[in-house]
Amino acid sequence: MDNNHMLEMYRGMLRIRRFEEQIRNVYTAGLMQGLAHLYIGEEAVAVGVCSALKEDDCITSTHRGHGHCIAKGGRLDRMMAEVMGRVTGYCRGKGGSMHIADLSLGILGANGIVGGGFGIAGGSALSAKLRRSGQVTVCFFGDGGSNQGVFFEVMNMSAVWDLPVIFVCENNHYGEYTAADNVAAGKLADRSIPFGIPSAVVDGNDVVAVYEAASATVDRARSKQGPSLIECDTYRYQGHHVGDPGISYRSQEEREAWQAKDPIARFGQRLLDESRTTEAALEAVGAEVEEEVLAAVEAGKAAPFPDVSEVDQHVYA
Amino acid sequence: MSTPEKEMTYGDAMKEAIAEEMRRDPTVFLMGEEVGAAGGVFKTLGGLFDEFGPERVIDTPISEAGFTGLGVGAALTGMRPIIEIMFGDFIALAMDQIVNQAAKLRYMTGGQAKVPLTIRATMGAGRSSAAQHSQSLHAWTAHIPGLKVVVPSTPADVKGLIKSAIRDDNPVVVYENKMMYGLKGPVPEGDFVTPFGQADIKREGSDISLIATSRMVHVALAAARTLQADGISVEVVDPRSLVPLDVETLVASVSKTGRAVVID
Repeated sequence: MDNNHMLEMYRGMLRIRRFEEQIRNVYTAGLMQGLAHLYIGEEAVAVGVCSALKEDDCITSTHRGHGHCIAKGGRLDRMMAEVMGRVTGYCRGKGGSMHIADLSLGILGANGIVGGGFGIAGGSALSAKLRRSGQVTVCFFGDGGSNQGVFFEVMNMSAVWDLPVIFVCENNHYGEYTAADNVAAGKLADRSIPFGIPSAVVDGNDVVAVYEAASATVDRARSKQGPSLIECDTYRYQGHHVGDPGISYRSQEEREAWQAKDPIARFGQRLLDESRTTEAALEAVGAEVEEEVLAAVEAGKAAPFPDVSEVDQHVYA
Repeated sequence: MSTPEKEMTYGDAMKEAIAEEMRRDPTVFLMGEEVGAAGGVFKTLGGLFDEFGPERVIDTPISEAGFTGLGVGAALTGMRPIIEIMFGDFIALAMDQIVNQAAKLRYMTGGQAKVPLTIRATMGAGRSSAAQHSQSLHAWTAHIPGLKVVVPSTPADVKGLIKSAIRDDNPVVVYENKMMYGLKGPVPEGDFVTPFGQADIKREGSDISLIATSRMVHVALAAARTLQADGISVEVVDPRSLVPLDVETLVASVSKTGRAVVID
């Protein structure tokens, strides 16, 4: 992987981190309604996976979806506007944080239903197969979503029909407030094995490891060899949503141990250690990202809300 | 000059609608339990598998939530799937896909997404199969914003309404009463579609309006014949689509007769 590509992955993760930090600010300042589920700590998964995709490949995302949308090419200003309920947002302010979509970028939507993306991802892959388009579809979901029955139904059909779909499980170890260990039997990566779907566990805080695992599964899907599962071991720094401190059910020791493996700091250090970039270059990226995110917030604040007449528009095509 | 007609069964008219649309549009495909070589559990789909092959007439596992979800995803990405819920009762297994995904995507994406998905489900009792194979759940789906719901009562209507459903850019649930598959009636020759939101006066009358759906249209027509002997003139109004609902025609009928009974 060349140095530019690596620096772009660093930038990608930082854009997500800074965006999410601003979402937290916007939420606590009362500038947005609804819910905000932050992706901070998991950035290497979205960036590693989406770096292995082409622009016309598709993803389905989750309630914790900002990172996926940014990594797949979503515009920060339109995302921020959407979260703030403004008419300039991706969904004219009607979807909000949990439903950002950009069909032109293959972002088939974040989803407010845990496990809601399985069927859509499988259908997108079936569609690509029938249209012979060569597209692959990535289905992001969490350890929580992995307990939904439709996961198994869609894995089954994907395997039977060799669908070009990649199931990416972000195991952040907590479904809402409940530890995965308490509610999920066995290893999550093993769940595809009975269907003959190969799986791998990767360090979800190592963007290069995620990228390499994703690239292998994308190649497999694109060459019509069928679906794959990747379990990314990672951690959610924040609570389930802004407003949940995420402290009562997670020990300080555990939280600190994960923050010591921070995907962005670690990757930045690696780029320096391998002389792939300089401190100055990283700082420049940081400044550019900061400016871009703050501009998105300002643009969102300045944008109008949808007119009241829109309330019953877009129910039907 | 009237359109030439042919006599055919409700089941054959339904199948002909699917076949014509599949010939016309390569993005249309059919997916469901036993729809392939078996020709459907009600033996109504014979020949489709032979003509279109396993890639466009897809036998699914018994996974209503899963294959309905696949239908949503395929519809979102350029296809026009027709999925079959063998017994309408089984739609309960797929409700998240229908209610929270298919019906909501357009609204929640601010009009970006379209979901041209046709869901065919059966309805109706009469086969002594108990309460998990006999329900008529059309009213349930009719309460979900984002879904269209149609309840064809005749061979001509099922053909025209299914063709409209397939061409519609919204998710449409078509309920076919399983006791009507053998019902015969005239069907116009050639390509025709029946628009949604147009009720059909199945019989004109002046004393009372019977507003009836699906198989109940035939119950209403039988009642009308019986009442005619008593000198009562009955109008039978078939809404044909519940969403959208042709309120205007219903109101006009009841305004004329002054009395209404809903048989649903």
